[in-house]
Amino acid sequence: MSDVERFALSKETGTGSGLERSAESVSRLRLIFGGLVLGLLLIAALFAPQIALHDPTLDDLFLINMPPAWLNSDPGYYGIDNPWAYPLGTDSLGRDVASRLIHGARVAVIVGVSVACLAATFGVILGAVSGFYGGWIDAIIGRIVDVWLAFPPVLLSIILVALLGTTLTSVIIVVAVIDWTRFARVVRADVLQQRSRDYIDAARITGGSDFSILTREVLPNILPLLVTLFFFEIGIAIVVETILSFVSLSVSSGAVTWGDMIAEGRRVLNEAWWVMTFPVAALILTILALNATGDALRYYLDPVLRK
Amino acid sequence: MTRFALSLASIGLTLLGVSVVVFAILRLVPGDPIAMMLPPGATDEVRANLERLYGLDKSIAQQYLIWLGDVVRLDFGTSTQFRLPVLEVILDRLPATLELVLLASLIAGLLAFTLSILAVWLQTPLATFVIDGLSGLAQAIPDFLWALIFILIVTLFLPNMPISGRFDPRTAQEFSTNFFLLESLVTLRFQAFAELMRYAILPATALALPLAAGITRVLKSSLEEAMAQDYVMLAQTKGKSRLTIVLGEALRNAMVPTIALTSVQLTFLIGGTVLIERQFSLPGIGSAAISAVLNRDLPLIQGIVMIFALIFILINLSSNGLYKLADPRLRKPR
Repeated sequence: MSDVERFALSKETGTGSGLERSAESVSRLRLIFGGLVLGLLLIAALFAPQIALHDPTLDDLFLINMPPAWLNSDPGYYGIDNPWAYPLGTDSLGRDVASRLIHGARVAVIVGVSVACLAATFGVILGAVSGFYGGWIDAIIGRIVDVWLAFPPVLLSIILVALLGTTLTSVIIVVAVIDWTRFARVVRADVLQQRSRDYIDAARITGGSDFSILTREVLPNILPLLVTLFFFEIGIAIVVETILSFVSLSVSSGAVTWGDMIAEGRRVLNEAWWVMTFPVAALILTILALNATGDALRYYLDPVLRK
Repeated sequence: MTRFALSLASIGLTLLGVSVVVFAILRLVPGDPIAMMLPPGATDEVRANLERLYGLDKSIAQQYLIWLGDVVRLDFGTSTQFRLPVLEVILDRLPATLELVLLASLIAGLLAFTLSILAVWLQTPLATFVIDGLSGLAQAIPDFLWALIFILIVTLFLPNMPISGRFDPRTAQEFSTNFFLLESLVTLRFQAFAELMRYAILPATALALPLAAGITRVLKSSLEEAMAQDYVMLAQTKGKSRLTIVLGEALRNAMVPTIALTSVQLTFLIGGTVLIERQFSLPGIGSAAISAVLNRDLPLIQGIVMIFALIFILINLSSNGLYKLADPRLRKPR
């Protein structure tokens, strides 16, 4: 949950020179990997009821902690013929791990995208205003950001979810409320940098209003950075949702989440390792794909990086 | 001197802001801390007494001012969960957190130095590719997930490796402080130290990996920059080996910007202890904070958040200072 500073740093320090061709091919590989994984994730999220073989919340006491199909040497013991009916095994209540994984993708996508949209909207507006106008507006917003930065984000999200209740909406609001500073700081720094450029003066001379200068001139220039940050934020939001489930504070309304699966899998890790392993793997793949896509898109969108 | 006073005032202002935000948030939390303390069948009178004892019968503004007045005198109230002064609970548990942070920072630094020096020394495409890949992976995956990965690996393949607590209660050692690792080192009890390290290494490494990647990134490019300078050419013509130059010349010049740029990332590591401590059942202030939230132990939450805030603000300020020291251009008034 801390990529922004690193990210801002990587922008300053760059990654050497004379590697244009390899940067091009690395970006293409990243985009292919990211697009593939995110495509699968989206399909799983959109068509979960059609793809999943079982009801993800259906208990079956005869099927408790059944191993994945390729390790299931005695399906008859569980009273089933074909172990591939439960490809990734079952959990401690006999629920199908694969179906839960697919339905969990739904919550992950909803939380990730909503949080990123909300946080980006607030962060970009406040950051852009702060950087563009400076003065007392900048001082006030800067002070609020300082106060926000003085909280450990995970602790703050746990406190806020305890306050707002454990629904999907409150989880989304909480993570967005905590993470808008990520966008605000990066956008402020970038706008501050752009403000002193000649093209802004040119736009002002030709009679552009503040709003049109911000949206038409400044914003397109910080767009590549924003896109990358947006993809990072999706990953961060999904992880925070998982963390909240892990400390038994997330979506309680019967929705299936990867976080619940991980928390449950952690409890039965000694008897059924697969319950935790598959959602952890799905989470890691998703984060890596989001990072890869964000980085690749920044490369393709930013003509300066490609030069 | 005025600048020092200004930054002190700034710390105070931010802390005040934090305290107002926390106090406001916590007073709106649904959930009755008094109800959790009462035995079943307690009378209204007992309840009213308890409310008076913890000051919950007053208005929120009054409660805040009372709390603030006490905090100035270093009295953070009484934890409803442990029934002990909050400061005592925090001081009791802070050593575990500090040792975790210290060990994690050491591991992060060690990993980053080894990897970046290797990359710059070897300079082969393969080494660069492997090291960039490793640090990219370490950076993308958050500490919470590294901890889960470690727990998974240990459970499946290394059943003798401990994943819970700071030490084995059956072979508990006598310590006069709660800095177990440091104390065992200072008193030269190396066997006890090794045993404690077995418990500490996994949580510390999980915390360290993302930071290690962040440091590697900065240090590697600083080293590369330093290696392109004229004095390196001079050293080469004197016949020094590449490794000697990296270690003897480039490292010295790359150190200052690296420390300045990465010190702010220490706050992520410290924030990460909250979850890592819970995942590995470590008795630090992070795990205390989570249990305080789950048990509605408001005074303890306030105290812990203020401690975290103080640490974070100090780190942010000193890293700003370091940054200015590292880059002379920033020292000039704008």
